[in-house]
Amino acid sequence: MLNYIWFGMMAIGVAAGIYNDKIDAVTNAAIDMAKVSVEISIGLIGIMALWLGIMKIAEASGLIKIIAKGLRPITIRLFPDVPEDHPAIGSIVLNMSANILGLGNAATPLGLKAMEELQELNDQKDTATNSMVMFLAINTSSVQLILPATVVALMGATASEIFVTTILATLSSTIAAIAIVKFLEKRKRFAIVPDEEEQENHHG
Amino acid sequence: MVELLVGSLNNVAKYIIPTLLVGIPFYALAVKKVPVYEVFVVGAKDGFTIAVRIIPYLVAILVAVGMFRASGALDMLMNLLAPVLNFVGFPAENLPLALMRPLSGSGSLGLLTDLVNEHGVDSLTTKIGATMYGSSETTFYVLAVYFGSVGVIRSRHAVPAGLFADAVGAISAVFFCKLLIA
Repeated sequence: MLNYIWFGMMAIGVAAGIYNDKIDAVTNAAIDMAKVSVEISIGLIGIMALWLGIMKIAEASGLIKIIAKGLRPITIRLFPDVPEDHPAIGSIVLNMSANILGLGNAATPLGLKAMEELQELNDQKDTATNSMVMFLAINTSSVQLILPATVVALMGATASEIFVTTILATLSSTIAAIAIVKFLEKRKRFAIVPDEEEQENHHG
Repeated sequence: MVELLVGSLNNVAKYIIPTLLVGIPFYALAVKKVPVYEVFVVGAKDGFTIAVRIIPYLVAILVAVGMFRASGALDMLMNLLAPVLNFVGFPAENLPLALMRPLSGSGSLGLLTDLVNEHGVDSLTTKIGATMYGSSETTFYVLAVYFGSVGVIRSRHAVPAGLFADAVGAISAVFFCKLLIA
């Protein structure tokens, strides 16, 4: 799926760029974004290091396990294939809490830590597991209690008027995300394909 | 009422990070006798490898999104979809933001700024836009970073599920704003 979307965005970009006489802008965007990607990644190093360090302390002190156990009734439904006392649950819960509280800087490192721990449970390292997709979908639909600082900066006091609507909209999209993931993960076309079969498809 | 709640929530929020930064090491050191400095450094070491590992994924996604954005394809798509969406009550002014939101964080913030400048902060159009912006994440960026960090290439149902949730979020933003604000 991502193969087609990725290629499609570039192909449409070039075609529309020629049609709209913006082909120079398309070329520049490609080169600029390649640079920006590296800047973003490098910029993450410090924050990542900080939160991963703190997380290691939380793990060593047993805090993660306590949190994971407490929220197990909820997480077992969302991530049934993750064992009860696996550290992934702790990281997932912390990442979600950070998202809910609008702590974007902390959420990403915690989320990546969770991904790393989910990967330990993955038999096929290049393919997403059901839990990974569920985790990602909940993340992108972003349950958030605190309005983004950018929105508050843009709208001033008026921002409080969209507080309730934002929570309701984000709640709807999160419920939709959970439902659609649960539905799609059972579809045949999204099934996990064993490595050998996939390779045959590629050669054939 | 709401204003007070928002104010106090945002007030509480600014204490959360400092509390965590001190509280976790305190519990570890005082209760569990964990050598916090040494453990911190061990954990922090992974920051570099993870950040470097996501570079190829981020380049792939952001370059494709950037080319798509710069080409004007979004405007063409908007012209195509506007009559249909207007018919079902989805305001055409909010469509660019709804389409941009999963693709680019800075792009959608730019579009929200345009809405504020063009329609003012008190207009329904701006409020719908701000609700959309605040209720969703940049799906493709999160996908590239999260899956990239562990080397997952085959994303299975992640993209369709993410985009479906984004669509539900955008439609809910319009629905709840029209219901509660207008």
